[in-house]
This record gives sequence, C-alpha cells and structure tokens, in this order.
Amino acid sequence: MIQFVADGIVNAALIALGAIGLSMTYNILRFANFAQGEILTIGAYFTLLVLGVLGFGIGAMGPVAFGWPLLASIVVAVGTTSIIVLIVDWLLFRQLRDKNASRITFIMAAFGVSLMGRNLITLVAGGEPKYFDFYIPKTFELLPGMKVRPDDLAIVAIAVIAFIILFAFMNRTSMGRQMRAVAENPTLARINGIDVRAVIRWTWIIGASLATIAGALLAHNTQLRPEMGFDMLLPMFAALILGGANNLYGTILGAIVVGLTEALAVYVGLSGYRAAVTFLVMIAFLMVRPQGILGEKE
Amino acid sequence: MEGGLSFLIFFLIFASFYSLSSLGLNLQWGFTGLFNVGIVGFFAIGAYTSAILTGPPYADTLFGGFGLWFPLGFVGAMVTSGVAAFIVGFVTLRLREDFLAISTFGIAVSIQLVALNFESLTRGPNGMYSLPRPLAGYFDSSTLDNLLYLIMCLLIIAGVYWAFERMVRSPWGRVLRSIRDDEIAAAALGKNVFAVRLQSFVVGSAVMGLAGALYANFIGFISPLDFIPIFTFQVFVMLIVGGSGNNLGALLGGLVVWGLWSGSDQLIASILPPTIQTQAAAARIVLIGFVLAVMLLYRPEGILRERRIVSREARLPNRE
Amino acid sequence: MPEPVLSIKNIEAGYTPSLPILRGVSLDVFEGEIVTILGPNGAGKSTLIKAIAGLVKISSGTVSLEGRDITGLATHELIRERVAYVPQSENVFARLSVEENLALGTLHNPTQHASQRRRVLDLFPDLEHLGHLAAGKLSGGQRQMVAVGRALMAAPKLLMVDEPSAGLSPKLAQVVFAQLVQVKQTGVTILMVEQNARAALQISDRGYVMAEGQEKVHGAAASLLENPEVGALYLGAKSRMARS
Repeated sequence: MIQFVADGIVNAALIALGAIGLSMTYNILRFANFAQGEILTIGAYFTLLVLGVLGFGIGAMGPVAFGWPLLASIVVAVGTTSIIVLIVDWLLFRQLRDKNASRITFIMAAFGVSLMGRNLITLVAGGEPKYFDFYIPKTFELLPGMKVRPDDLAIVAIAVIAFIILFAFMNRTSMGRQMRAVAENPTLARINGIDVRAVIRWTWIIGASLATIAGALLAHNTQLRPEMGFDMLLPMFAALILGGANNLYGTILGAIVVGLTEALAVYVGLSGYRAAVTFLVMIAFLMVRPQGILGEKE
Repeated sequence: MEGGLSFLIFFLIFASFYSLSSLGLNLQWGFTGLFNVGIVGFFAIGAYTSAILTGPPYADTLFGGFGLWFPLGFVGAMVTSGVAAFIVGFVTLRLREDFLAISTFGIAVSIQLVALNFESLTRGPNGMYSLPRPLAGYFDSSTLDNLLYLIMCLLIIAGVYWAFERMVRSPWGRVLRSIRDDEIAAAALGKNVFAVRLQSFVVGSAVMGLAGALYANFIGFISPLDFIPIFTFQVFVMLIVGGSGNNLGALLGGLVVWGLWSGSDQLIASILPPTIQTQAAAARIVLIGFVLAVMLLYRPEGILRERRIVSREARLPNRE
Repeated sequence: MPEPVLSIKNIEAGYTPSLPILRGVSLDVFEGEIVTILGPNGAGKSTLIKAIAGLVKISSGTVSLEGRDITGLATHELIRERVAYVPQSENVFARLSVEENLALGTLHNPTQHASQRRRVLDLFPDLEHLGHLAAGKLSGGQRQMVAVGRALMAAPKLLMVDEPSAGLSPKLAQVVFAQLVQVKQTGVTILMVEQNARAALQISDRGYVMAEGQEKVHGAAASLLENPEVGALYLGAKSRMARS
C-alpha cells in the first residue's frame, strides 16, 4: 500500500524540478510556456551527448547506479541547454516582448517552439528510444512494504539539494530579490532601476538548469524519447496550478500532490490514465480553489 | 484524368475537415481571443462520438455500435464536444487566459488516453473500423461517391460560415469583439463577459467536433494515432495564415496550408528514400513552425486582414 | 539665477500620439525646494510625473536634469540619474519584506546600503521593528513610509511623489507631509503631485496648477493659497463635472 508513496515522491521530485521553470516563466515572463517539456528533453539529449563524448559510462556511487560521469555530463548539459534556451528567447520571445505582443501570442509561439523542438530532436537524434547506459536496478526495503531503489533516493536527494540552492538564491541574493520584484510588479521594478532583461535571462537559465536535471534523471530512470518532456507537460502544469501559480513553494507542493496522485492511479490499476487523472484533479481544484494551495488571488 | 479528379476531390474533402475546424477556432480565437490548445481533443471527441453512435457493434466493446442515421452522429458529436467545452470553459474562463490554454491542452491529452485505454468503448489502439460512410453507394464510381460527400461537406461549411457571419455581425458579435479588444471596457458596459465568452467557446468547439465526425465517417476507421497534437498546430497555422478574425480567411487558410502540407507529403514520398522519410517529415514540421513564428512576428494579421465590421451608430463621434 | 535641478520645457505626452494628455507643459524645480503640482482630476498631473519617469511617451519638448537632456530616458535608468519616484498606488512590493523593499532601493549604490538604511530608519523609526514583515501586511501609512524610504535608499537628488496622502486619513496625511519636510531638510529636492491642495501648499515652496493638460498658474505656495484664479480652476472643473 505505501509503495505508491515512494513511487509518488520520486515522480514528484522530477515533476517539481521541471515545473519550477514553468512557474518562473509564468510569473516573470507572464505566459504559460508550452515549450517547457522540450527543455527537459533537450537537457536529457545533451546529457547523452556529453556521456558519449566522455566515454566513461554513467559510473556508480556505492549502490547507486550512476556516478560522477553522469553528474558531470548533467552539469555540462545545464550550460548548453541554457544557451539554447537563451538563443530561442533572443530570436523569438524577445522580439514579441519588443512588439508588446499579447500573452496569447506568447503561448502560441511557445506551442510552436514545442513542436519544432520535438521534431528537431527527432531530426538530429532519431525518433527511436535511447538509453544512457545499461544497468541492473537494485531495490531494498526501506520501510516494511516499501521497496525503493538507491537511485530513487539519490534522485530525491539531488532534487532537495537543488531546491535548497534555488531558495537560497531567490531569498538571499540581490538577483533573486529582483526576480521576485519583477514577478510582483514590473513597473515598480523598473522604477527601482532593475534591469528586467537581466532578470529574464536568469529566469530562463534557472528554469532550463532545473529542467535539464529533471530530464536527465527521468531519462536515467526510463529512456530518452523526443516526446519524453512533452509527456511531462500536463503534470508540470497541474503542479503549477494546484500549488498556486504565483508561489514557488506551492509549485513543489503541487508537484508532490500530482506525483502521489499519479502513483495512486497506477496503484489502483489506472496506469493508462495517469495524465487524465491528474487533469481531473486539476479541474476539480480549479473549481474549488482556483488560486491553488498556497497561491494568492490575482 | 479520372485519377486527377478523384485526387482533387479527396484533397478537398480533407481540406474541408481542416477548414471547418479553422472556422470553429476563428470564433474562439479570431473573434473572442480565446486560446484553445486542445483543438485535436474536441475533434477527437466528435470523431469518437459519431463512430459510437453510427458505427457497427463490435464483439469486444460494452457500449456503442448503435448504427444510427448519420445526421444523429453529427449532432451527437457537436453535443459531446460542446459539453466538454462547457465544462472546461465554465471552470477556467473566469481565470487568467493561460488556464484555458492549459485546460484545453489537458482535454486533448486526456481524450488521447481514453481513446487509447478505454478499450470497451473505443477499442483502444485497434481502432474503430467499418464506420458507415454516409451518402455512399448511390453511384457505381467511388469518385462520384466522394464528390457527393464533398458536396455535403461544402454545404455544411457554407451553413456554418453563413451562421457565423450572421453571428459576428449581430449585437452578440459586437460584444465578442469588444471583449477581445478590451475586456474591462466590455464589462463596464454591463456585458456579461463570462457568459458570452463561454457561448463562443462552446459553439466553436462543437464545430470542431462536427469536423471530427465528418472525418470519422468519411475515413471509416479511427484510432488514437489519428489525433495527435500536430493537428492543433496545423489548424492554428491555417487560421493565422488565412487571417484570424476573418471567416473567409479561416477557410482559405485551411485550403492553402492543407495544400502545402499534402503537397510536401507527396514530394517527400516521391523523391526521398524511405530511410530518411521520418526525418523529412520532422524537418517539414520545423519548417512550418518557422513560418508560424515569422507570421507571428511580421504579419500577425495573416493573408486576409480582419474586416472592420462597424455599424454606423457604433462609431464614436470625433473627440476634440 | 541658479540652474534648476529639473527643468521641463513645453512637453507634449500621452498614451497615443494622436491624443496628447499633456499639451505643452513647462516647469522648473530648484535645488532644495518642495514643488507641488495641483489641479483638478484629469488635469494631467500624474501623467506629467510618469512622462518624466519614462512611463508615458513624450512626443515633443525636453526634460533636463541639472542641465543634461534626459528626455525619453528608460524607466530603469532613472535611478542611476538619482531621480527616485514613488507612484501613487502599488508602490511597495507587497510580497517582499520591508528590509527587502529597502534593499531594492540601493541596486545602483549597494555600498551605501548601510548608511542609507540608517538614514531612512532615523527618518521612519516605526519601520525599525517591521523589517521582516511582508510589506503587504502593513497599514496604509506604514506602506507609504516603506515606499518613500525605498526611494530614499537610492540617495536621490530629486524625489518625485505621486499623491502621498491618497487613501490616508487627514491625520495620517499630516504625518506624511511632515515627514516630507524632514526629507527636504536632508537636502533632497521634492516634486509632488497632490489633490489635497491646502495641506500640500503649506509645506511647499512653490506650486504649479494644471488643468486640461496645461499649466495654468504658478507661483510661491503662499500666493497660490490666496489666488482666486486657483479656486476658479478647481470650481470650473467641479461645475463641469456637475453638469455632465
């Protein structure tokens, strides 16, 4: 019975890592970024590329079936993915901002970028599934009736460390404060001399970095496919909405709810309907509390 | 010659599915400013509804196979897709516009999963086959059968076009546009913004459902693989290229973009070796995405601009 | 005559070029002054401040700061010119703490953070104990202090304040005005927009009265208080409003 909790938490960690970027573009750039899934995918494929160049396999850390080669590859992929994302912003979204385009134009552009990104990956890397490396997953009993893999514990630990760094950045650095200021009131931010362009760059970089980590860890757990990130999009959006769209802590809380809901759906035999169950929960929540668990009314 | 004509008819029938969806989207996006990311979802609901209502019984489904007269399938398709739109719209249309986009996307994903997994209703990945083709069998030639179907599609499009043109010119249509252009001003005028947006969203989605039903009954076989996100994207490109806010533009965009799409299909199939056809198809989507981005940036009004529909009494007196 | 800190010459500005809200406004603010812009609703007072701050587009005329032309300066560059601006509403970051609000005031002079913070807290001792509270949780008067305090953190030469007494009780408004006088005494020049003409002129050196996008009367604050023309401009606006 409590097995689904373990599965749900691992799932939640990956969803939350991906959804932070969604939350940031939603609050700072002010649109729902339908291309967020592809950032995960690109991050995973870059990780694969770097792993191939390094040629050490994915390594191991004690019982965990990945080690420094994978972690180092993720670090490099974080950089390259951020660069790609900044280029797309510069080519497309920056121009839409300069033209004062409506929010819906941004959403549509993001939807287009999502589709292009997916197909570009298919074009470059091929459509067939790929794997980082071959490994035999081991499990052990953490609690009575709850089996976990050491890798899952490592994934949750990585996510927790990433969130600690994220919140330290948001709360303790000047750039973090500036980002929160722009999210709340862009005009007052500019009056204070905040360079919104720099804030936007950091928004993309942080979102892309966490998404790359999410994509790479997801790929390690499952496989690489051009659609892997796109399939995460609905759970990520649901986490954003459930937790409260204007609250980063809420996004993580929302991800936990979504992760557990999906794991429960699988547990009761509805594995084919995971995303649909998430969607229903999201709609039900919107009816009762549209501002989300921790969100404030806009 | 016969082959060319039959191909043209076939092409136009497909173009009409797209044009009809594009027309439905125009009511939502072009006239009301509602962003629907789940067009394929409503299209799929229509297709499956009509398949269940008009199709034959299958040994492995628990429900459906009613074999009803096809217009009932079409009406049913509009009702179910309209109801789905009503639920999503009712919940999200009061909120920030991103929520509607996210929820319509959720509808499309969920419908795909239901189609794929709810085998006792949809037969899952095996698909629903042997759906009856309306108006077939009056002629010996399949070309003439198809021509008859095309005429029916065109009549339906003409009817929807006529109805939409009347709607957008009516006081209701003026409210729609005033909401799109300035929601707060429209609310200040005492218009029930929510109700009008919901009506527009439901009607537009019902038309997409109707397009799905026309598709299902023409092809005679549907499976979850027919309803993928690229469809939503295609319809959007059609409307943007044709000119959103212009019903004729919506129809024209459907024809032009479908022409380019199927033309490039033929080209890819005929000149490229099969080994790289997957890549070529992907490259084409990238190219179309590029066209959309360029349109959004440099000609957001499309080929046909929105016509200004301003009645004399609605015009403001010049201010000093 | 000394060079004005802020000099506005004949500016036209508005949200769309075809419909200017400001139609040829000129104004000078000299060092150490409090200058108040008065006028009936819709006169274009706030638009004038917003135009200086780069939030409304200027189509003709010039804005200069100590003799340098800063017309059309981007809003985020204003603070580097040491011009601080307190908008009328939403002038604090409600979800950020008071300390964080103040810290955002010194983005371009971070080395002065400690000294400026001391100055601001000496001016507004009430804020001392509210540091970790979210600004949105404060009362209207406290919020106004945070807004002005945040602006002062930048060590501005010129402080522009849009309706500092809006939404406050007359008693609190008096407190805010008294604080502005203290700010002036620390050497900051102040340009203020106010509806509350009598109270504002009492602390001002000079005033400008605007109506219908133009500057109609200006002069020493004391003389404006007694000028019948000023009353007429307000009354004129009121009687027009009453008719419509």
